[in-house]
Amino acid sequence: MSAARPQADNRPVTGDPSVARPVLDAADLGRALTRIAHEIVERNHGAAGVVLLGIPTRGVSLARRLGERIAGIEPVTVDVPTSVPIGSLDVTMYRDDLRLRGVRPLEPTEIPSGGVDGKVVVLVDDVLFSGRTIRAALDALSDLGRPRAVQLAVLVDRGHRELPIRPDYVGKNIPTSLTETVHVLLEDIDGRDAVLLGPADLARAAAEETTR
Amino acid sequence: MTTTPIVRTLPRHLLSAADLNRDEALLVLDTAEELARLADRPIKKLPTLRGRTVVNLFFEDSTRTRTSFEVAAKRLSADVINFSAKGSSVSKGESLKDTALTLEAMGADAVVCRHGASGAPHRLANWIRGSVINAGDGTHEHPTQALLDTFTMRNRLGRIEELRVVIVGDVLHSRVARSNVLLLSTLGAEVTLVAPPTLLPVGVDTWPCSVSYELDAVLPKSDVVMMLRVQRERMYGGFFPTTREYSRRYGLDARRMATLPDDAIVMHPGPMNRGVEIAAEVADSVRSTIVEQVANGVSVRMAVLYLLLGGAFIETVEVAA
Repeated sequence: MSAARPQADNRPVTGDPSVARPVLDAADLGRALTRIAHEIVERNHGAAGVVLLGIPTRGVSLARRLGERIAGIEPVTVDVPTSVPIGSLDVTMYRDDLRLRGVRPLEPTEIPSGGVDGKVVVLVDDVLFSGRTIRAALDALSDLGRPRAVQLAVLVDRGHRELPIRPDYVGKNIPTSLTETVHVLLEDIDGRDAVLLGPADLARAAAEETTR
Repeated sequence: MTTTPIVRTLPRHLLSAADLNRDEALLVLDTAEELARLADRPIKKLPTLRGRTVVNLFFEDSTRTRTSFEVAAKRLSADVINFSAKGSSVSKGESLKDTALTLEAMGADAVVCRHGASGAPHRLANWIRGSVINAGDGTHEHPTQALLDTFTMRNRLGRIEELRVVIVGDVLHSRVARSNVLLLSTLGAEVTLVAPPTLLPVGVDTWPCSVSYELDAVLPKSDVVMMLRVQRERMYGGFFPTTREYSRRYGLDARRMATLPDDAIVMHPGPMNRGVEIAAEVADSVRSTIVEQVANGVSVRMAVLYLLLGGAFIETVEVAA
């Protein structure tokens, strides 16, 4: 496949997806999302008061798909007059590594009209790694309001946490080495659904090689 | 195949609207659009520039630009030091360079400079390590004003490309006009300057725009009319016979505004001389974006500060790696 990623994703492209090994295929990924949707509804005794906030770019797409699945599980009732509110939360301005590299462009933050005060906010991201993105998301969220509770749903937990952060819903735990890279591909962004585990980060390895 | 990271960044200083290419200008506008949403939130503050110091170095009077930069820096949690020539050592005869070196020694990460002399921020940029942002130098440039003007146009009209923009009035003394012409042409708008021949600068024929002396002929074919202030404080001589005659020929009144296309907007960088270049009823009409321009100024300046100071300078990264 082509390794060219859409312009919207400005994270550095690391490694080479063409030599990466698939860990989840499209069907696996779909089943994982369906299970997470059920778990969210189960844990929260329904979908009332739940707000899904995706972290751009792929987290937003995942949040939208979780929302569709939850709508399929939980019928629209008096308590839940509409489907689960879905939004996006850009954490760029709250990152702790901003000054370690060139400036990053911002992604949209869209908070559903009901806000987050008193809601159960489920943060959705594609890969949980160091936990620093989620730390930034928690800070960003506290500037937007005071949710009743915050939960975390990730498609892949690859380990190597650097902060005391733990996901509530996990699509798949993938033990990785620090030199490996995890690529999450999603239909609406990358043209297909898959999770790939790549070998050592070629781009970074090359960069480190030249500076050494 | 290995793809390289998409790194989009700005030059280190913002001295001229011509410093920005199309991608960089759009990056500022897109960033400003995200930051504009902050105004609707309960907490209008981001932690991004915590611990960074922004110095507002103003050798000329200013209300909106200085406060706008101050609000922008504070919303990004930067420390702001306001320095105006009045009441400082400048009145004791300190030179620009010595002032700059003093600020440098105090650890300024960015210096926002307004100066009566064209080119002062350029000189400043050679003396200090931090970023220099030109907040208006003499009759030369005012790049953040051009950015907020284009931002306002894009907000109201949805695009910049192929917009027909008319800039009317004292082009000779206007840094706003020059920066707007440069930025708008970079972004693909068609700019026409309208002014009496005495208020057009020498060499205007080399600017990327057309020139007309007849306001009435141009108005029906324009999407944006930007009125410029008649800058009497910079005029040493007779540029037009009387204010009344100027106003009659180049002022925007309700009758002239009625000849504009339906969705055209009227802009003014402020401060206005009501009754001279713009009639009060025009300034307060629904077409007028004058108040919006001020609000947008904060978002655009936040975007500029973020893009200049938010990340590491690329050369710093290479040293650290």
